[in-house]
Amino acid sequence: MADFISGFWNLYVSGLIAFGLLFCLVVLVTNTTSQGAGEPKLQGHVWDENLREYNNPLPRWWLYLFWVTVIFAIFYFYLFPGFGDRHSDPSNPAKERGLRAEYAKEVNAANAKYGPTFERYLGTDLKALASDPAAVATGKRLFLTYCSQCHGSAARGAQGKNYGFPNLTDDDWLYGGDPETIKASIEGGRAGVMTAFGGTLNSDQIRDVANYVRAIAGLTSDAARAARGRDVFASNCTVCHGPEGKGARSMGEAFAVLGAPDLTDGIWLYSSTEEAIVDGVTKGRNAGPGSVTNTMPAWKDFLGDAKVHILAAYVHSLGSNK
Amino acid sequence: MQSQTTYNYKVVRQFTIMTVVWGIVGMLVGVIVAAQLVWPGLNVLEYLHFGRLRPLHTNAVIFAFGGCALFATSFYVVQRTCHTRLFAPGLASFVFWGWQLIIVAAAVTLPLGITTGKEYAELEWPIDIAIAIVWVSYAIVFFGTVATRKVSHIYVANWFYGAFIIAVALLHIVNSAEIPVSLFKSYSAYGGVRDAMVQWWYGHNAVGFFLTAGFLGMMYYFVPKQADRPIYSYRLSVVHFWALIFTYMWAGPHHLHYTALPDWAQSVGMLFSLILLAPSWGGMINGIMTLSGAWHKLRTDPILKFMITSLSFYGMSTFEGPMMSIKSVNALSHYTDWTVGHVHSGALGWVALISIGAVYFLLPRLYGKTEMYSTKLVNTHFWIATVGIVLYIASMWIAGVMQGLMWRATSADGTLSYEFVESVKATYPFWTIRLVGGALFLVGMLVMFYNMLKTIAGAKAYNAPVVAPAAAHA
Repeated sequence: MADFISGFWNLYVSGLIAFGLLFCLVVLVTNTTSQGAGEPKLQGHVWDENLREYNNPLPRWWLYLFWVTVIFAIFYFYLFPGFGDRHSDPSNPAKERGLRAEYAKEVNAANAKYGPTFERYLGTDLKALASDPAAVATGKRLFLTYCSQCHGSAARGAQGKNYGFPNLTDDDWLYGGDPETIKASIEGGRAGVMTAFGGTLNSDQIRDVANYVRAIAGLTSDAARAARGRDVFASNCTVCHGPEGKGARSMGEAFAVLGAPDLTDGIWLYSSTEEAIVDGVTKGRNAGPGSVTNTMPAWKDFLGDAKVHILAAYVHSLGSNK
Repeated sequence: MQSQTTYNYKVVRQFTIMTVVWGIVGMLVGVIVAAQLVWPGLNVLEYLHFGRLRPLHTNAVIFAFGGCALFATSFYVVQRTCHTRLFAPGLASFVFWGWQLIIVAAAVTLPLGITTGKEYAELEWPIDIAIAIVWVSYAIVFFGTVATRKVSHIYVANWFYGAFIIAVALLHIVNSAEIPVSLFKSYSAYGGVRDAMVQWWYGHNAVGFFLTAGFLGMMYYFVPKQADRPIYSYRLSVVHFWALIFTYMWAGPHHLHYTALPDWAQSVGMLFSLILLAPSWGGMINGIMTLSGAWHKLRTDPILKFMITSLSFYGMSTFEGPMMSIKSVNALSHYTDWTVGHVHSGALGWVALISIGAVYFLLPRLYGKTEMYSTKLVNTHFWIATVGIVLYIASMWIAGVMQGLMWRATSADGTLSYEFVESVKATYPFWTIRLVGGALFLVGMLVMFYNMLKTIAGAKAYNAPVVAPAAAHA
């Protein structure tokens, strides 16, 4: 009963398949006629003035082609899953044939072939691995397969109003750039949260603080708004971004887990336009409906220890602090 | 001896002209989406980006162009081969206007993003209901005409048209079972992998019955008519008809190889797709062999060229299909442009060429003439279209195999060698060639449009008198 909720459906499917194959065989056997002597005969009927039909026998090569496909199907049904739940038993993979078994075979073969190399990489210190060209090349291919969708082929990320994928090449780290911290980010993922201030601040206050943030980043701003925004910032934002807006890590590595960006360094995770900042402050990040998720998924279970280790080494090698 | 009553050519004329018009519209949208792949910057406005225009293209060419061609020819063929006027002419007129309205509704809702998200069944539930009503009316007209025929035997073309009409009704109604949540949004009545299976049971049989059985019906009338030769084998037509309509119903799961669909269902889909090879080829043999003794006509008759070339493409794509349904071949071809090439070898090569041939046959006769305004332009159309198809499918084969190989290529350490976007970049030259091929095909349709206008201009609509059945002789 592997693939069916009851034995009935197994019989139903098997019966239909048997009927289908039998149908083809009966059609073939009952229609094999040979060419009589002389010209092919016309059937008696005429439609629409000149439509008539010969009754030539079925071409031999065509009949054989039909036979071959039907016989092939019968053999395949005998050897592989298809005839109901024959050869299919998820509870006992060792006895199975078919796709699940084929897949397991391929995975085992790949593990036997490539496993030792990956085990060796896993046992190597991250800094040492980051300067091993072969390991970095492997890491780069893994990155292009699993990470480039968000961080880009060149690992420079992408910055917009509704998306913020960090640039991994600029030595600016939200959570810390030492190899072990990078590895932790890949393993467990990150979920950067910023409160939505749309409910607590009015729109003027939000626009004021946006101008202040642009001012401390060295961007053009409305001076009056920026001056008012300083107070808004001081009473709402410093807990995470620090008293000078230099980010969580400026208050000590113990705060690094907050991931709040340095707002003064001219490096932006999201777009730096006034509208984008107003939108971000209003809706927050990863703060429920309307806000962007601002999440990096955890890769440990999907990729396994060795690949995460190699990826961490590759990402570390992208910075200047190798 | 001829009776006084005439055949109902009016609805045939309407559908024939709209076949050409919708063909141009559908193929123009095809050329636009092909251009969007070459120049992504052309994706302007949400209403006109690739994701919304692509279903518009497929719906327009399959259901508007192909559909009108099938309506036109089936209404013509069923009258002529049953030796009687069309049954329920008012209903036939309703089928025409209803179908045009459905096409317009599709052309408005799809760019607006109103869609069920099921491929080839994107239209939302109010339009689905309209399709069901029009389709049942179509069935009444068609089978009513067959029932009131003046000859005892039903001509083979009508078997295929009949199977197409019944099967499409069944497919449409089952796959479109959905739960409306608003006027413009519904959810499928099926969940998870069952939904996928029902969808591809529908999807593949849309190919099997709409694009194969229906057009085989067309072939069985227009090829022997144009060649003025008897059908090669009555026996072959019986055998391949039953084998084809029986086997096609099983082939859908080959669209879901290596997915959550149970292994047994994937195998059934693959094996019956392979068995389908011979029944499919039966139609090709019967069409091409009908020409034996009349091959010289190909030299002078471009309409026959269209028909025979369409049968060649039919043979090619019905060989390619079973091969692609083999799991290990599918592992390479699936999700690549090879599939797109395969579809267009069928859609342009088979469906469009046989329809174009039939339209060139019909147009003069519907206006009391013996030939098109310019046979030379028909010949020109043939060559432009054929070169277009070859460019299209050859470039997509190469692109597809290249993509499949790039996606599976591994390095010495077992990691994938290429990033996905590298395969996109490598495909650009082939997308450009495809665009040229598609544009050529569209140019051919414009030549046809001109030829049609010139043929019709000044001519009076003509309804031929009903032909009395020939005296039975053994």
